[in-house]
Amino acid sequence: MSSALFYAWVGVVLCGLGLFGFILHRHLMRRLLAFNIMGSGSFMILVGLAQDGRGADPVPQALVLTGIVVAVASTALALVILRRWYRVSGESRLPEDV
Amino acid sequence: MSVALPLPWLIVVPLGGAMASFLVPERWRVRLGLAVLPVMWLVTLAVLGDLAAHGVQVHALGGWSAPLGITLLADGLALGMVALTTLVFSLCAVHAASHAAEKGHNGEIGFLWPLLWFLVAALNSIWLSADIFNLYVGLELLGLTAVGLVALTGSAEALAAAMRYLLAALLGSLCYLLGVALLYAAGGSLALGDLGTIAGSGATARVALALMTLGLILKTALFPLHAWLPPAHGGALAPVSALLSALVVKASLYILIRLWLALDPDVATAAAANLLGALGAGAVLWGGWMAWRQTKLKYLVAYSTVAQIGYLFLFFPLVTGTSTIAGGLAWDGTLLMLISHALAKAGMFLAAGNLVLAMGSPLIADLSGISRFRPLSLFSFGLAGVSLMGLPPSGGFTAKWLLLQSALHSGQWWWVVVLIVGGLLSAAYVFKVLRHSFVEGPKRDHFNSPPMAMELAALALAAAGMGVGLAAQSPLTWMRIGSPFGVGG
Repeated sequence: MSSALFYAWVGVVLCGLGLFGFILHRHLMRRLLAFNIMGSGSFMILVGLAQDGRGADPVPQALVLTGIVVAVASTALALVILRRWYRVSGESRLPEDV
Repeated sequence: MSVALPLPWLIVVPLGGAMASFLVPERWRVRLGLAVLPVMWLVTLAVLGDLAAHGVQVHALGGWSAPLGITLLADGLALGMVALTTLVFSLCAVHAASHAAEKGHNGEIGFLWPLLWFLVAALNSIWLSADIFNLYVGLELLGLTAVGLVALTGSAEALAAAMRYLLAALLGSLCYLLGVALLYAAGGSLALGDLGTIAGSGATARVALALMTLGLILKTALFPLHAWLPPAHGGALAPVSALLSALVVKASLYILIRLWLALDPDVATAAAANLLGALGAGAVLWGGWMAWRQTKLKYLVAYSTVAQIGYLFLFFPLVTGTSTIAGGLAWDGTLLMLISHALAKAGMFLAAGNLVLAMGSPLIADLSGISRFRPLSLFSFGLAGVSLMGLPPSGGFTAKWLLLQSALHSGQWWWVVVLIVGGLLSAAYVFKVLRHSFVEGPKRDHFNSPPMAMELAALALAAAGMGVGLAAQSPLTWMRIGSPFGVGG
């Protein structure tokens, strides 16, 4: 197994862990963290799988940079909404999960 | 490759509008928005003119071509969606502006305008993108903007709806991104045009398509992944609900249609297409039933969106593995359904917003007696309802007629049953609203009166949904330019 493929498999494991956490947990903060782990996993798949057997490739690196920006922006928005929701309702879960 | 100057401006103008809107003081935002609208129309018309004169256009941003750069593709389908966006957005903007003039400015509603412009920029970038990663970025920009718009009022209900929407949107776009990773690994290209040849028909392409489809139907709120939609669309401000239902859910469907047509038939199999069609049928039935059971007016309209999305998914079984004629009919029918639903549903949400404003309560039961006081808004609601039910001569009728012919032509009569039962369910929930409005229940003789411009915006959209049925031929001919179904084919 090449090191690139190894990274891709680690990415798959991270994605699985993230998805598991995202579905299992009800606490919104935990779900957000799980989403971030899942995101990192998919970035590793993106870079690792594309470079397996083909050598270094700048395109997936550029894509992942863009992806990280998007992930930071979504996390920030989620945190703002989460804090506001906590202040308004005193809950850290969605109404149907309480 | 022709270098079309106006094309990038479809994205640059609304993006600039959004930035400028953030920077100017709040009291200027409405006026700024109304000033940028004519510019948007000029650019849209210029691009449509180019399509008529020169056919399909490809524009490489900054002169960098496909593998490294970002390419914009303007075919009939893309520009049809651009024109639809400009039309629906303009009328929603008029509605929002006259509402702001009526109420004055309060708190965070001030962020409405920058977010609306970001929404238009995101939509246009999705319609025009020709590579799957740029589509991902557009999808994320759209999702974040839409969540911001849902959360705008800041009430506990709105925040919960926004959070639920955000979680669904994030999960959906990650699934899509994983698909992008697999396709790039398999083929080494991101361009939509290359997918068919490069990705091949291997297992990787199938897994990728499955992941991307899953992510996209989650974002389109296809049954049974629709739970996030009614609170998000039903709880937002009226013009926001109108834009979300008319355009935003269509964006992920649009990407799905593009993908499905680009990939090899061995990857996009008939079995998968039938599954999507079956989910669509489930959406039509469940959405219609749930709409009829709602007690809040805007939730009824939101569940109606869940139902109407179902019709659009009948496209997949009707176009996969069927004859060219059946495929062409399904293409025309689906696009007409998309356009007429966008117009009628935007009109219906604006009319519902006016009615809610007039009665000062979100409940359908409180509508009693409103028919004598706000006949224009009620008429717009009914007119939009006619299109949703699919009665002639509305756009909804012509669209269903085309889909029905396509189903008969390809020998899949069971989709006809879905079309007919869906129409009956729509009739049931639209008449439920009308029945309550004409009942002279508790003698109530005071209703608030929203400004005339708000009522006219709703009427214009509902009437356009009706008119598109009478003049369906020319937009459909335009939207066939550059499609797999060719011009007039």
